[in-house]
Amino acid sequence: MDGLFIINGMQHRLDFKSDERLLFTLRKHGYTEVKNGCLEGECGACLILLDDKPVNSCQVFTASAVEKDIKTVKGIGNLYEPHIIQKAFVDAGAVQCGFCTPGMVLATYALLQKNPKPSEPEIKNALDGNLCRCTGYVKIIEAVKLAAQMIGKGGDRNV
Amino acid sequence: MSDYTIIGKSEKKIDSLSLATGACQFTDDFELKEPLYLAQLYSPHAHAEILNIDDSEARKLPGVVDVFHYQNVKPVLHTTAGQGFPEPSPYDSVLFDMKMRFIGDRVAMVAAEDQKIANNALKLIKVEYKILEPLFDPEKAMDKNAPKLHGTDRFTPIGATYDSLKNLAAEVEIEFGDLKKGEAEADFIIDKIYHAHYGSHCAQEPHAAISYFDEMGRLVIVCTTQVPFHVRRIVSKVCEFPLSKIRVIKPRIGGGFGGKQEVLLEPLAALVTIKLKRPAKIVLSRKEVFQNSRTRHPVRTRLRTGVKNNGDITFLEMDSLLNSGAYGTHALTVLSNCGAKVLPLFNKIENMRFLGRSVYTNLPVGGAYRGYGATQGYFALNQQLDMIARKLDVDLPEFIKKNHIQVGETSKIFEALGEGKEGVVQYINSCKLDECIDIGAREIGWYEKREKKLTNGDKVKGVGMMVAMQGSGIPLVDMASAYMKMNDDGSFNLDIGATDIGTGSDTVLAQIAAEVLSIDLEKIIVLSSDTDRTPFDVGAYASSTTYVSGGAVKKCAEKIRDQILDVAAEIMKTDRNNLELADGKVHDQKNNKCISLSDVAVYSLYTKNQFQIQAGASQFVEQSPPPFIAQFAEVEVDKKTGKVDLIKFVSVVDCGQAINPKLAEGQIDGATVNGICYALTEEYKFSENGNLLTKQFRDYKIWTAADIPEIKTIVVESHEKTGPFGAKSVGEIGINGPMPAIANAIYDAVDVRLFKAPFTPARVYREMQKTGCQHY
Repeated sequence: MDGLFIINGMQHRLDFKSDERLLFTLRKHGYTEVKNGCLEGECGACLILLDDKPVNSCQVFTASAVEKDIKTVKGIGNLYEPHIIQKAFVDAGAVQCGFCTPGMVLATYALLQKNPKPSEPEIKNALDGNLCRCTGYVKIIEAVKLAAQMIGKGGDRNV
Repeated sequence: MSDYTIIGKSEKKIDSLSLATGACQFTDDFELKEPLYLAQLYSPHAHAEILNIDDSEARKLPGVVDVFHYQNVKPVLHTTAGQGFPEPSPYDSVLFDMKMRFIGDRVAMVAAEDQKIANNALKLIKVEYKILEPLFDPEKAMDKNAPKLHGTDRFTPIGATYDSLKNLAAEVEIEFGDLKKGEAEADFIIDKIYHAHYGSHCAQEPHAAISYFDEMGRLVIVCTTQVPFHVRRIVSKVCEFPLSKIRVIKPRIGGGFGGKQEVLLEPLAALVTIKLKRPAKIVLSRKEVFQNSRTRHPVRTRLRTGVKNNGDITFLEMDSLLNSGAYGTHALTVLSNCGAKVLPLFNKIENMRFLGRSVYTNLPVGGAYRGYGATQGYFALNQQLDMIARKLDVDLPEFIKKNHIQVGETSKIFEALGEGKEGVVQYINSCKLDECIDIGAREIGWYEKREKKLTNGDKVKGVGMMVAMQGSGIPLVDMASAYMKMNDDGSFNLDIGATDIGTGSDTVLAQIAAEVLSIDLEKIIVLSSDTDRTPFDVGAYASSTTYVSGGAVKKCAEKIRDQILDVAAEIMKTDRNNLELADGKVHDQKNNKCISLSDVAVYSLYTKNQFQIQAGASQFVEQSPPPFIAQFAEVEVDKKTGKVDLIKFVSVVDCGQAINPKLAEGQIDGATVNGICYALTEEYKFSENGNLLTKQFRDYKIWTAADIPEIKTIVVESHEKTGPFGAKSVGEIGINGPMPAIANAIYDAVDVRLFKAPFTPARVYREMQKTGCQHY
């Protein structure tokens, strides 16, 4: 099968098998920033934004995402033009191994879009679907606070 | 405070922006041209012999290229432990065995054109088993009539105690002083048994390996490893392929924690590429990581201590029984560390005995895991200290301060017990444990809360604490090396064997080089862990990287500095002694002149007496200075349900000079939360026939951000004179504290002693019922 997808703002026609999960379709076509951590929908490493909603792409059939808007971590910023949230993760020391980071960054993006000034419990709840074994979440939570602050101060790039 | 320019600064981790933007590549992210995908078939029986394998149906499945098992792969005895050579672990493994030793042992492997075909082909392999009686209880492993796991052909290359007829993978015994005398002198003896349980590392990136032949016919392996140089050596041995034709590359690694100090998948991928001349890829599923890779060794510790009423500890006897599971990987060294990393902390005890045994059982395989035996040992020791202090009716922090090792002191254990062999005499150069204890006590509100049983309805609060030390590398064993060269613009390549698995070691090591050369961090270009292009390093384990690899980098950078000053003296026509490096320039103090590093580089490369400013250096260590930590927990226990809520957890660590405080805090934060989950929720549960039941994140609970209470990490700096810029290690130590600190806090709240973790509501409730704390 194949279908049209809007990935990080660009239209792409991708081929996929009828029972394929979106995670594999994306990775197969080079979107390896979407990580495969558990295939159980538990770890959040494969989190993407599907029509602006955070979803674990390992739990989504590709066929159900045809013609939808998909955002990966590369869609919000890159090495040359990073998003404020990505910068905040770097500044806060929230990136250790970095395997969970794409999912964490996107979960943060989804949170701050809805709620630009989240409380600590709201931050923790928003990240509830993303596992990290390196940081104990301490500096990740700080990074989200920092990102909210930076955006609040009218950082160079708003969510 | 120091007057360093980059040491002690929380520089941004050099790969963090690339990771945060998804640009960095992990093993599974590399594109291979038409690779073969591999899948493994595992034993459904805990103990069995394979009578026959019929792979004919699997081979007929379109897309299947080959099937591997004991009938067609030469058995080469080895250990999967990624340790230095000769490995202190027994050679008890082959890639494909005829005997199955746990549910999840490898039976066969399929190579196919896609992953689905490979997985489907597994179901077509017919295996005939002779089922054998399983052995699950480590206490019975050495019984005469116990089933035997390994044949007498298996051995240990270092000649350590090993006896397959007793299912004994390793044994260690040391004693000094006079235990009997200590017993006689004691006013009371506390004799308790503690159980530390299985645990999974849960690195977010599952294990993976890819292999291919490059354009020169050399075998390239890209893999999720903590030990690239050991991978090269062990693959060469197991696959009988020349080491010179193997290149191992470590890309970004999604966490290790010891789980990737194991050479599990690399020989499998290599085997396929060598035989079929095609790229191969193998990636474990999460279930495979839980069941088929490596775990924390469960340890039963019996701890006997004699105490005088004046507080003197007259003797200590620790008897550790380590359940190694089906194979003996790290069985000797983790066992040794149950004592070696724990007992020196209380060096005033004159009569001491440590007896350790590692035994085989038909259960999942233990291995290296952050803490490495110390976690298991400290669980016992710190609860025992709590008991002693309570019995003496003295303040626990003060009791510990009187008894722990101090600067200038040594312990007989250092010399008697190393990692798998005798240790090294060692005196403590730096120790700010007293300060750590005081700060931690203040931070948790020890004197306001201890023994107050602050109650709110059914809930009671309590506080507990613990102390620990670890090491910094393995003395007289570990070696690391570094190479540097200078470029035209005054930048430097730093090539290091050291293995950054997410810890930030690339950054920390670059900071060390930058400090020596007085330049910005951006001027250091780091390449690490490529066996063709970087010099040797044992790898990321034993809390060694900052201390050992850091020492190599410092030496190397100092050689570079000397060459720079020589060239600058030639350019500036002055005496070298007038020159010094600062702010990225060479300054002539006497004549008040300066030139840039780029001037030096260009001169040396293009102008006169041309040569490459370059250097290499190795660091071999004779000491393993311990970092120290005090950790405090405040809990609230619901007497109605047994549920333990962690309210606050404080860690105060002396890691010498923190090269990068933010990264050091991150190591402690992560280790601490890992330890907290191990104490409260993580558990391997088995069916009666030895099948692991908790092999998904929904069954094996590790915490998310939503579960996190207040976590406070404080770094207390000291100066370790043998370390680079005064640094010691920080990677492992934080994981030791949560289990005993929380157990002690639970006792403080509800008078229930927990000798076994995790402290689930059911377990805490049951224990409350037993000890009469039944208010309901």
